[in-house]
Amino acid sequence: MAEAVGTAADVKGAKGSLPGWLEISLRFAQQRPLGAAGAVIVLGMALAALLADIIAPGDPQVSNYALMLRPPSAEHWLGTDSFGRDILSRIIYGSRTALLIGFTSAFFGATLGAVIGVASAYFGGRVDLMVQRFMDILLSFPLIILALAVVAILGTGTMNVILAITIPMIPRCALVTRASALAIRETPYVTAARAMGFSHTRIIFRHMLPNVMAPYLILVTAFLGQAILLEASLSFLGLGVAEPTAAWGLMLRGAAVEFAERAPWMAIFPGVAISAAVFGFNLFGDSLRDALDPKLRMG
Amino acid sequence: MKLRRVSVCMIALASIVITVAMAAEQPKAGGTLIFAVGETPPSFDGHRETTFAMLHPLAPHYSTLLRFDADKYPKIEGDVAESWTVSRDGLTYTFKIRKGVKFHDGSLLTARDVKATYDKIIFPPEGVASARKAYFAMVEKMEAPDESTVVFRLKWPSASFIRQVASPWNFIYKADILAKDPRWYEKNVMGTGPFTFVEYVPGSHWVGKKNPDYFVKGRPYLDGYRAIFIRDTAPRVAAVRAGQALIEFRGFNPAVRDDLVRALGDKIRVQESPWICNMTVAINNEKKPFDDVRVRKALTLAIDRWEGSKALSQISIMKPVGGLMRPGSEFATPEAELTKLAGFGKDPEAARKEARRLLKEAGVPEGFAFTLKNRNVKEPYEAVGVYVIDQWRKVGLNVTHLPQEGGPYFADLRAGNYETSIDFNCDFMDEPDYQLIKFISSDKSPINYARYKDAVLDELYEKQSRATDPKERLKHIRQTEKRVLDEQAYTFHVLWWYRIIPHWARVKGWPITPSHYLNQDLRDVWLAAE
Repeated sequence: MAEAVGTAADVKGAKGSLPGWLEISLRFAQQRPLGAAGAVIVLGMALAALLADIIAPGDPQVSNYALMLRPPSAEHWLGTDSFGRDILSRIIYGSRTALLIGFTSAFFGATLGAVIGVASAYFGGRVDLMVQRFMDILLSFPLIILALAVVAILGTGTMNVILAITIPMIPRCALVTRASALAIRETPYVTAARAMGFSHTRIIFRHMLPNVMAPYLILVTAFLGQAILLEASLSFLGLGVAEPTAAWGLMLRGAAVEFAERAPWMAIFPGVAISAAVFGFNLFGDSLRDALDPKLRMG
Repeated sequence: MKLRRVSVCMIALASIVITVAMAAEQPKAGGTLIFAVGETPPSFDGHRETTFAMLHPLAPHYSTLLRFDADKYPKIEGDVAESWTVSRDGLTYTFKIRKGVKFHDGSLLTARDVKATYDKIIFPPEGVASARKAYFAMVEKMEAPDESTVVFRLKWPSASFIRQVASPWNFIYKADILAKDPRWYEKNVMGTGPFTFVEYVPGSHWVGKKNPDYFVKGRPYLDGYRAIFIRDTAPRVAAVRAGQALIEFRGFNPAVRDDLVRALGDKIRVQESPWICNMTVAINNEKKPFDDVRVRKALTLAIDRWEGSKALSQISIMKPVGGLMRPGSEFATPEAELTKLAGFGKDPEAARKEARRLLKEAGVPEGFAFTLKNRNVKEPYEAVGVYVIDQWRKVGLNVTHLPQEGGPYFADLRAGNYETSIDFNCDFMDEPDYQLIKFISSDKSPINYARYKDAVLDELYEKQSRATDPKERLKHIRQTEKRVLDEQAYTFHVLWWYRIIPHWARVKGWPITPSHYLNQDLRDVWLAAE
């Protein structure tokens, strides 16, 4: 602990004039370089998604049949696909699709899961028993199987894919947050709130939920990587977003397989993008967990 | 003298070479043909099914009354029919049935079986599905005056009747079985074809073995066949590449062809043919703004089919540009005439300008958004969907692509739950009765999903169907085409398919035809030595 304080003090001393967020970031980078590398990847992806209209060399959906299956060149850095579309542009815009679906699903999945987990822990008894058994049923299905089932029922399309990924996330988050909430339920301030006659909703949302924020944040980052992978898997199986939308999993599907020998760049670059994104989110999530968990805190 | 000896020797040598070469191509009996099939059969009944997934594994078990000569398509020859005659008024067709044709249970096939078969197809009992009942609307009744004669009496002379009797779907069934249970053939197999049934393991394989009592002497050459079911394209290609399947009869795209040729060299033989299948854009004529002919015409004008043919033929099974009849067929519209129709011209910029003008005139705003539903099948549905959307973007339309699984896709098409949709049509022969039925009024055609009624088209269809003069028939076909594609632009073709079969060169005796439904009984197929 002393060593950790010393390190922080050194950084503070050396960069005394730095803004707080930068100071924290630098300290995080120094203590967890792998996590920082993950954060850089995540940041890069987020920037690519936000600035796609500016940085992408072309429209990801516009075909140019005179330039079909061109290898990487000065004009098309990552080559073109079977419709003559620029692969770099599609990867940049694909990050927007991945983040939109990944973030929305992870956020809603984790949030709904947290609310259910905390409420389940708060009410306890039969409510807890029934909620947890239902969550157990959902948990018994592997993530991809449950997502496939949801897509099979609802059909494809961005909204349905978000829903398909959100639903399997809920029980996973509910389980973790319930465990934290069970301890919080017994704390004096919750007992006091009950004694003062506050409503269940107020106790859950204002007193319990803010105290499960640490596991919640870790779960969101962990789910983001999983959600991106799941979106790519569904799109690869033809059950996610549809052509001509730029999406990494979709880019790996169909023509990329058929032209694997003739135009390997069609599969390699989106594959690298998916791997890098998942790797980045996992590294960042793991480091964030370590940083936020007092038991795992370095030093 | 010396010269003469040399000449004699040369001739003798040439004769030996030719003889050896001919011997090498002489059909050889034996062996098992393994082929891949992309789907599993929904049922075993040829009369109710419409998919190759039923036909490819099951056709070798059955015979038909007539058949298409695969070497000389569209020539027709007898199968269980030995000969046939047509009355002068074109209303009576008399078929003489071969003697000695045996069912796989050993019983003899008679005219009674043929009549019972066609009774089931044309006049199915309640609760029995017949996919081709509507095509035989011209048949009044059938008779079997003796064991070897079947007579079809028609209500009106039909230009297509004889070709319809050669349909590969019209398996001849046993009358006694049909009398007991007309749905027996949905789950059982018993025909007179070159191969008898051995086993079917759903999702895995279908096995047939040589019928020693087959009525064509010396056929089949094969000892048996094994159809293996592989749904996804990539493993199906891998199976052919590895020699686990020697052929796949539906067709692969050019990329697969090139890969197989590159990998296997002269071990692979490639057969290619135009294909009686096309990709169509179905427009829901009941939904706004698609009820406006200007909007529909703009949609077809926006599509540059000639560029599409060049581009998509490199990555998919689509290639020929054509009107309502297959390009290259006897009924096809010549290119000079075709290019005068909306969307088929060779000046895409002028067509797009006209499309924008029509959209503006119809009050459709720039960036107007709608959905294009599609079947969630890669080849060739996805490629055509992407192409059409890209073309429509060029005239300021914002289209969302919505691929669906087979069930919901067909349900939405039938229920009119769509704005625009990719549609398709595949037939076993070039026949206007088949290819044009899609365009008569929706309440008359089970496969017209565009939801319009047009008495003019209905009348033109009837006229062409009953026209016995080929020139008169062609005239009605052209009128139909102009009305459907240009004047009303109800719904329109994008491109026709192009069939590519890369198969192991060992597989002999199987000439490609323009339909993946034809020539599947495998009776002439043989395997050369490895």
